Amino acid sequence: MTDPAIELKDLEVVYRVRGTDRSVLRGVSLSIQPGESFGLVGESGCGKTTAAFAIMRYLPRNGRVMDGSITVNGQDLLAMGGAEVRRLRATTLSMVYQDPAAALNPSIRIGPQVAEAYELMGVDRGAASERAREILAKVQISDPPRVMRRYPHQLSGGMQQRVVIAMALAKDPTLLILDEPTTGLDATVEAEVLDLVQALRQEFGTSVLFISHNLAVIAKMCERVGVLYAGRVVEEGPADQVFQDPRHPYTVGLLRCIPRGGVRKDEMALDTIPGFLPRLGAEIPGCVFEPRCGLAEEICGTEEPPLYPLGNGRASRCYFHERAHLLPRNAPAQIATARQGNGSPLLKIDNAAKTFRQDGQDVRALVDVSLDIKPGEVLGLVGESGSGKTTFARVLLGLTAPDPGSELELEGKPLAPKVEKRPEEQIRALQVVFQNPDGALNRRFSVRRILGRALTKLRGLRGTARDERTRELASAVRFDESLLAVRPAQLSGGLKQRVAIARAFAGDPRVVLCDEPTSALDVSVQAAILNLLAELQVGEGVTYLFISHDLGVVRYISDRIAVLYLGRVMELGDAETVFGPPHHPYTEALLSAVPTLEGTERARIRLEGEIPSASDPPSGCVFHTRCPRKWGAICEQEEPPLKEVEPGHFMRCHIPLEELRRLQETPPPASAYSKTTS
Amino acid sequence: MSAVQDPAAPIAIPTQPDQAAIARRERLRFLRRSPTFVIGCVLVGMWVICAIFGNAIAPKNPEFPDVLNKLVAPSADHLFGTDRLGRDVLSRVIVGARAVLVIAPLATLLGTLLGTTIGLVTGYFRGFVDEVIMRIVDAVLAIPIIIIALLAVVALGPSRVTLILVIGLVFTPIIAKTVRAAVLGEARLEYVQAARLRNERAPYVLFGEILPNVMGPVVVEFTVRLGYAIFTVATLSFLGFGADPSIPDWGQDISQHYQFISGGVWWPVLFPALAIATLIVGINLIADAIAQSFER
Repeated sequence: MTDPAIELKDLEVVYRVRGTDRSVLRGVSLSIQPGESFGLVGESGCGKTTAAFAIMRYLPRNGRVMDGSITVNGQDLLAMGGAEVRRLRATTLSMVYQDPAAALNPSIRIGPQVAEAYELMGVDRGAASERAREILAKVQISDPPRVMRRYPHQLSGGMQQRVVIAMALAKDPTLLILDEPTTGLDATVEAEVLDLVQALRQEFGTSVLFISHNLAVIAKMCERVGVLYAGRVVEEGPADQVFQDPRHPYTVGLLRCIPRGGVRKDEMALDTIPGFLPRLGAEIPGCVFEPRCGLAEEICGTEEPPLYPLGNGRASRCYFHERAHLLPRNAPAQIATARQGNGSPLLKIDNAAKTFRQDGQDVRALVDVSLDIKPGEVLGLVGESGSGKTTFARVLLGLTAPDPGSELELEGKPLAPKVEKRPEEQIRALQVVFQNPDGALNRRFSVRRILGRALTKLRGLRGTARDERTRELASAVRFDESLLAVRPAQLSGGLKQRVAIARAFAGDPRVVLCDEPTSALDVSVQAAILNLLAELQVGEGVTYLFISHDLGVVRYISDRIAVLYLGRVMELGDAETVFGPPHHPYTEALLSAVPTLEGTERARIRLEGEIPSASDPPSGCVFHTRCPRKWGAICEQEEPPLKEVEPGHFMRCHIPLEELRRLQETPPPASAYSKTTS
Repeated sequence: MSAVQDPAAPIAIPTQPDQAAIARRERLRFLRRSPTFVIGCVLVGMWVICAIFGNAIAPKNPEFPDVLNKLVAPSADHLFGTDRLGRDVLSRVIVGARAVLVIAPLATLLGTLLGTTIGLVTGYFRGFVDEVIMRIVDAVLAIPIIIIALLAVVALGPSRVTLILVIGLVFTPIIAKTVRAAVLGEARLEYVQAARLRNERAPYVLFGEILPNVMGPVVVEFTVRLGYAIFTVATLSFLGFGADPSIPDWGQDISQHYQFISGGVWWPVLFPALAIATLIVGINLIADAIAQSFER
């Protein structure tokens, strides 16, 4: 066996906060072989990024390595002086951050910025520029000379991330650290960036440390994986084995939180992990997961379990690793079945359109959206950024006035374009849960005041009646009463979102718009929130419009699904109809872009180019520029109408349904797809 | 430990420390330990005491003209010397604090109230009204403050009320601009939309929801403007537009004695000038420390 490219041994890292040292990494050991791709998964606050920073010697000023070693190519990284570390960063170690817009200097053009990486290695200016052009071509940027003259803000997120990857690879590094490199990107763009990293890794033979909270992405990208929890690697092994047959209760629990394999809310509630991540730097004598583990016995709380080798490069830090899969469920599996939507539509949207005026151009964010939402159903709305999902929600809520001619009706009565003009009962009937609970809750107010105010305004409650109802609301969302007095900043993300949900339910709404309500949350918290939403829906008999970019989540919670692209509904139908073939070609591409944990890779449909700008949409079918199934000239000339192709299933495509069904039995034409190997 | 938790049981309490309270406490501790802040407080505190208890502290009657001892250099009897009418400079400096320390804070308060209101309204509603008000603000900001103040005082005649109104109004635009910038950031946040979605009236959204979140910039702006206000008050009285020529006033004393400097009589000018300088420096030190405590 060759020497590992990088090896961490018993790494202990602390942050000094208010005069005390708090452990962030508790004896992390891992090694990455040359050319190997190692994945580090875990929820936020587990220490993933700290591990990356420790390797880069980039720890924040209050961070310190207390113990252990980091060896890069046989050299002791922690013993190096400043000059040596800088040389190592210039030649051997590279890191790609989550937010490419922040990683690029906004005032330097792409060309000089990429060339700088070469100049640092001593290449002269002219040659550096030439090398920059070459590396940009390698990361599949078409027309590099044009891109090199641009500033970072003139590029899309996917392009920016390619540029950052190009800079990271410029030095032909021994180790490339990717810290959530695709988290901010759309599914189709993410898929392309991941394919690119995969291809480049093979070409450069670089070792990769891939950090992500997304288990499916890690499963697709990595050969080996380490599961990090509270600063400790609790399980480690080949990625497919760890995800198929996890041997640590945390991994087992985490995997059960993810809605996958087409599971739906009426079949089974998602499992959750009880409790919370231990506080930063908490003293933990035994197993770090013990307080939340359903298998824990006495020994777990008192003695730290060793890392049990399980053969085949696998290891688990659990006394009971043999029966980890027997971890009892935390949430009951049964769930009251939702009332299926029927009867006359609760919400009727006809020709909803919204055009923004931007720099003298018309941006058509929403074009002719017509939908009926029936009482008691969950309508899922999916689409990439710029597809008009959020604009649609804002139009419905009356926060953005739609274009004249748009007709919105709630229970047969027209909805005024502005919320200020709507009668009280309509305002009460239509509520929202926003994506980001930090922004949605006033940070100056206590939870009691936030909920109480909503009850006063929407229900006219005061005094004891209000206090009583506040407590009822809190208990309905499983929010502990004793926390009513605190301010949002004291709460975890999941608890904040519960407060936001409670507020939405304060006025007994008929329709609740959920705008990416779980996107800012960790998977275990997401599962609990999804369960709560599903339960409230049945209990309170409300209707949801559920917006998300996460197809697994949408499939889990929705009865019907609408797929949006450039402000248009491309496909609409029952959840299972939309997710099963025949699909609209865009839906098909979207589905194929999402990595799955099952290891059964779908044939990847590669979408050419980028999402067109809504200010200058393509002629004819707006999807024809990227459509892998393009039918013919008609696609470029005529916009297809949204027509009912079979009962309850609508599609905006020229290709007849039977033809689509036949086409989708086989992979699309060779030029338009690539099969990714894992 | 029980394997399955009762699903109906409220979830466990994640006791996180109250970040807001900690931030507030840390801000106070930072201020107490900041030499900038402490020195500023000592300087300003000294003048506030003089303003309140001036007549009791002053060693001599500041109004009494000792015609036999005009322009006497500092000595044991007159620590700061006497002025052209033989009045004790030390006593006049002490008592003179009141003129400035009544007008300037009240004027700044007025400007802060008006400016904050305008900033909230324009930053929240945006649109046409915002454009118009901001262009007016830009226009006002382009003219030196002292010239506007001078014109207004000439037109209305000097008095305490006029000075407070004029200086307050002159400071309003710049405060409005600062507050507006902070409000723009807040108005984007969803809690504001959530308020609209429960039928809140605009005044509640502005003053009940947004204002508590922009108090930081408002406090900083108040302290910074207070320094400028003192300077403006002193300048106006130096130019002969003080509130009341009959009471001791630093600016007025300077203007009445600077022609004697060439004759070697520096004390009736230097000491009032030092008084103005120390007060403004003190307030700016406090302003800096407060701004820093918010930035950390």
